[in-house]
Amino acid sequence: MPKKSERSVMYKVWRFYIDGFKDLSLWGRSVWIIILIKLFIMFVIIRLFFMPDFLKKNYTTDEQRSKHVLENLTSQL
Amino acid sequence: MISSIDLSPLVDWSRAQFALTAMYHWLFVPLTLGITWIIAMMETIYVKTGDPEWKKITRFWMKLFGINFAIGVATGIILEFEFGTNWSNYSWFVGDIFGAPLAIEGIMAFFMESTFIAVMFFGWNKVSKKFHLASSWLVAIGANLSALWILVANAWMQNPTGTAFNPETARNEMTSFWDVLFSPVAVNKFLHTITSGMVLASIFVIGVSAWFLLKKREPRMALRSITVASVFGLLASVSLALTGDGSAKQIAEVQPMKLAAMEGLYNGKNEAGLVAIGILNGQKKRDADDIFAVKLEMPKLLSWIAYGDPQHFVAGINDFTKGNASQGILSIPEKVERGKVARQTLTDFKNAKSAGNLVKADSLKSKFYDKEFLDNNFKYFGYGFNDEVKYYVPNVPLTFYSFHIMVILGFGFMVFFALFLFFSARGELPRRKFWLRLAPWIIPLAYIASEAGWVVAELGRQPWTIQDLLPTVAAVTKLDSGTVMVTFILFAVTFTVLAIAEVNIMVKAIKHGPKDEGGTK
Repeated sequence: MPKKSERSVMYKVWRFYIDGFKDLSLWGRSVWIIILIKLFIMFVIIRLFFMPDFLKKNYTTDEQRSKHVLENLTSQL
Repeated sequence: MISSIDLSPLVDWSRAQFALTAMYHWLFVPLTLGITWIIAMMETIYVKTGDPEWKKITRFWMKLFGINFAIGVATGIILEFEFGTNWSNYSWFVGDIFGAPLAIEGIMAFFMESTFIAVMFFGWNKVSKKFHLASSWLVAIGANLSALWILVANAWMQNPTGTAFNPETARNEMTSFWDVLFSPVAVNKFLHTITSGMVLASIFVIGVSAWFLLKKREPRMALRSITVASVFGLLASVSLALTGDGSAKQIAEVQPMKLAAMEGLYNGKNEAGLVAIGILNGQKKRDADDIFAVKLEMPKLLSWIAYGDPQHFVAGINDFTKGNASQGILSIPEKVERGKVARQTLTDFKNAKSAGNLVKADSLKSKFYDKEFLDNNFKYFGYGFNDEVKYYVPNVPLTFYSFHIMVILGFGFMVFFALFLFFSARGELPRRKFWLRLAPWIIPLAYIASEAGWVVAELGRQPWTIQDLLPTVAAVTKLDSGTVMVTFILFAVTFTVLAIAEVNIMVKAIKHGPKDEGGTK
């Protein structure tokens, strides 16, 4: 369990952020809505459905990945 | 040869997608890099003087910074997604060179920026004036240091140094972190980039303030903002010119083909002149002495800028394609042969290892650590992928015009700052309607100059993803080009919508003015 003084510091930091977000002005709220939409598009839609990591998706070990790239670098010479 | 397979649509779409994402990302970064310094300076004046007007000014620009930062934040992540999806050979080949700087960048961005940005926006009435001011300065320092790491990674691609290629893993391994971090290309690129951000942000502040003056709104805020931004902008634009000169010298040393393309120089010469303004003549043969329809040239200046000697020989594109023995320049076909030897050695190593012939494999592996092999062959590894000479020549018109647009605008901005500072010092600004009307239109020019700089840096080094080691054709993931085209269109639509949203919010926030400035009520 954290000490009382540590709890107090953590609580102050927590309140600092919570109060900051609660007091956001209209433009601040609009910006946060855009940020959340953008992050959803980037990390959920784009990353999951359109931009998987090719080597991580298709190969399980670094050795396999090295072999694949080495093959590409030397193929059809 | 890889060139015998038609990879060009795939490479073109992959490049187009990366360029689109990078250019979109770069719409946000320079303003963030530059305006944080201006905000910190304005807040310093507020803390020193105690004048609440300066607090209002600081909070207004902070609001605009917040909008730009929030909408731009994490757009660079998509570039990292693209490395993994479209450029998997490249992302593997670069090894830990990108990993270390980008990890530091991520940690630094998260802890420094997000912590102190929160204090900047939420902390006005909750922390002391001095702590708030320190946070504002730390946001500026943190944002610019974050840029350092990605620019170090980019500089390594332009001039690979401090690393060794391990044929066993097909990856580059860092041999000296400090060589990577303090490579002259990295240092110069960092300084040139952050000063360009300072110039763009100063123009933004002057342009917006000029609009307020024209509308006869918030004249004190506008005049004070113009004074700060014109002083800062003038100093930054002089630094930008100096670091630009440093960049030219670096390019002459490590990417001389790019320098030739920037200047439209086909046949090298001593006492080479600098083309200040020129129009290329598409009808003229590329081996003609002069391929310009019109040009204004400053004699000997290119030799002096590139090498610090007005007599020095500056190589042209034909010197690189055909070779120039008297200047010790290898031709492209010679480099191709050397690159093929390097690739063949890697192939033999791979085959020996697969066949279990470990003695032969070890012997071949040792070549990749042998100075003679590195200097004579591995240095040209990337040339082993394509025989065509023209493949190694970047797009000259695009590089030439982008470079000249950037430079001409850069010097124009210097004059712009000097004029605004002059008018400001004489108290004439409110009367100078022409210049006030012009100023907001300079903002898009600053973005054009900034993007043009990256076009020069990236298109001017084609076909390389890593200079002389890995061309785009070998770096790309062998995907269906149609899939890449679809994601390109998806990104283009998403980025356009987000850019429109940002411009709308930004314009609304500017029109609203500093009435209830800041992130909190």
